[in-house]
Amino acid sequence: MARAADLGRTRGNDPRLQRILVTPEGVALDVAVAPASARIGALFIDLTALFALFVAFVLTLLLLFWGYERAGLPDVSDGVLNFLFILFIIGTFLARNAYFLYFELGQRAATWGKRAVGIRVAARDGGRLTAEAVIARNLLRDIEMFLPLMFMTSGGVQGTLSEFAAWSGIIWVGIFLLFPLLNKDRLRCGDLIAGTWVVQAPKAALGDVVATGAPVSEAVAALPVDRYRFDEAELSVYGEYELQMLEQVLRTSNPDALETVAATICGKIGWTPPIGDERAFLEAYYTQLRARLERGMRFGRRRADKNS
Amino acid sequence: MSGAGVPASRDQTLAAAALRSDRFRLERETDWQRLEAMVTAMEKGKLKKLSDDDVMALPVLYRNLLSSLSIARESSLDAGLIAYLESLTLRAYFIVYGTRTTFGAWCRNFFGGGLGRAVRSIWPDLLVALAAMVAGALLGFFLVDADTQWFYRLVPAQFGDTRVPGASREALMSSMFGKAESEGLAVFAAYLFNNNAQVAIMAFALGFAFGVPTVLLLVYNMATLGAMLWVFASRGLAVEFIGWLSIHGTTELLAILLAGAAGLHIGRALGFPGARSHLTALAEAGRRAAQVMAGVIVMLICAGLLEGFARQLIQSTGMRYAIGYGVLALWFTYFFAFRPRRV
Repeated sequence: MARAADLGRTRGNDPRLQRILVTPEGVALDVAVAPASARIGALFIDLTALFALFVAFVLTLLLLFWGYERAGLPDVSDGVLNFLFILFIIGTFLARNAYFLYFELGQRAATWGKRAVGIRVAARDGGRLTAEAVIARNLLRDIEMFLPLMFMTSGGVQGTLSEFAAWSGIIWVGIFLLFPLLNKDRLRCGDLIAGTWVVQAPKAALGDVVATGAPVSEAVAALPVDRYRFDEAELSVYGEYELQMLEQVLRTSNPDALETVAATICGKIGWTPPIGDERAFLEAYYTQLRARLERGMRFGRRRADKNS
Repeated sequence: MSGAGVPASRDQTLAAAALRSDRFRLERETDWQRLEAMVTAMEKGKLKKLSDDDVMALPVLYRNLLSSLSIARESSLDAGLIAYLESLTLRAYFIVYGTRTTFGAWCRNFFGGGLGRAVRSIWPDLLVALAAMVAGALLGFFLVDADTQWFYRLVPAQFGDTRVPGASREALMSSMFGKAESEGLAVFAAYLFNNNAQVAIMAFALGFAFGVPTVLLLVYNMATLGAMLWVFASRGLAVEFIGWLSIHGTTELLAILLAGAAGLHIGRALGFPGARSHLTALAEAGRRAAQVMAGVIVMLICAGLLEGFARQLIQSTGMRYAIGYGVLALWFTYFFAFRPRRV
């Protein structure tokens, strides 16, 4: 059963991931820690994006090289080629880190992957997200994942990878990948070091006023505006939870749902269902119920749901 | 009911709204939507497209929004409205208290003094790491001096090749001055993926375990070096060996020193957080250590370039000393003497 104090707060998320962030102005904001599934999804999208960028870059280079040879220019010496290759190794390393740094230092504090799943990086203490923190969490990502994988690949290619090294590499990556599941804030080691966490960045649009009282059709407009009046007893059957369910029904305004809900309410308060005029009926009931509950609220009386 | 409606019709709806909380919302929603448009523009990085009026109004709109949210929570049962206000407040909060630095600005600040500040701020750990490394080198040298069998325990087999105790002076000389059998690329790649870069990164990462593995790693690695030094010293080649090593080794060993110190700094914060909570202490230490590590990566890349090219190109011991210690002096100047006024 929902407590009255929880009503009107963000709902529908895993309650274990709900946290309260107090702004410097002293207002408590609800934030939801990003679940592990979103984190993995974001990582996967980022890796795909990085890989696509890498492939595109290599293809461009090959194309340039091919064009250079076609143009019949003099051959490049091995030394220069080696040097270019080294620049390439360094460049890919820096570019990978720059991708994460650039996007997480931006206003949205999220890479493409994080944006796609609607999460972002934030400072755990509610303060400003500093550049140092972003550097720290991304540097650790290299240690957690990219470097062991690279060492293992290069060792495998050169044939120097022992079975022991391979297993320890796999265990190393595994521990770090599973680390977020082992703490309640879903912190990666990099988050731990940097004092950051990853939270959901919800984007809600401002919906219309629920009950405008505007007539839905010409036939209905002719009826008197205050044809539905409910007395105290009829309004006192429901609480805030039911009110907000009714709000959802009115916002989605699915005709079948309107009909069912109107019939249910009528059954409860002993009215005959208003066939063909469900919307006006529900809007009237919603407005009057909300007025009653909000009046109680102003006097410090809240009613969570119909059972309380 | 979008806020952009005709004023007359808005006034009518306002009058028609039966609920006090709906009137509250209708009176303020234009401000909210103005702020939302600004927040959306700023999230997309279009800060410059905002007018001066908008920028001046941002703090006021933000505070009004916070108070609207507080009032709405206590007086409105419109769940959709509250969800909207919650999400808009969170977004505006992240903008108002968001990152102030861009990537480029951070780079400028980092290379223009930030790195040096970070290095200087972990000086106790630098001293500990230095002590561990010196102790390791001495240990390796004197262990092999006492019993050459120690060499085979300290130095991994494939690393040792011809350079083992009892090798002839000529064999040792050729290993240092011979023509490069491997090209710069191979050396560089092997370097980057295999030896000391891994040591540096491990030394940092293992700092998590209260820094103990970091110290062990530093001691062990320097013991290998000390053992190698003994082999060359036993044939009177100590000066040449140090020169051969110095050309990139000064940069590389300094990088390992810094990485080890960064690891120790984290381990120390975890072990002795003082009055702070463990997590806060860890976060503070982590931010400092991460800056040092970013510097370590730059140094390792420099060391790799020096090893890949300069070491085989420059064959005179004098030049090797000059370059190795010249570079070291540059690093020291950059880290400890270069102190621009903080912007």
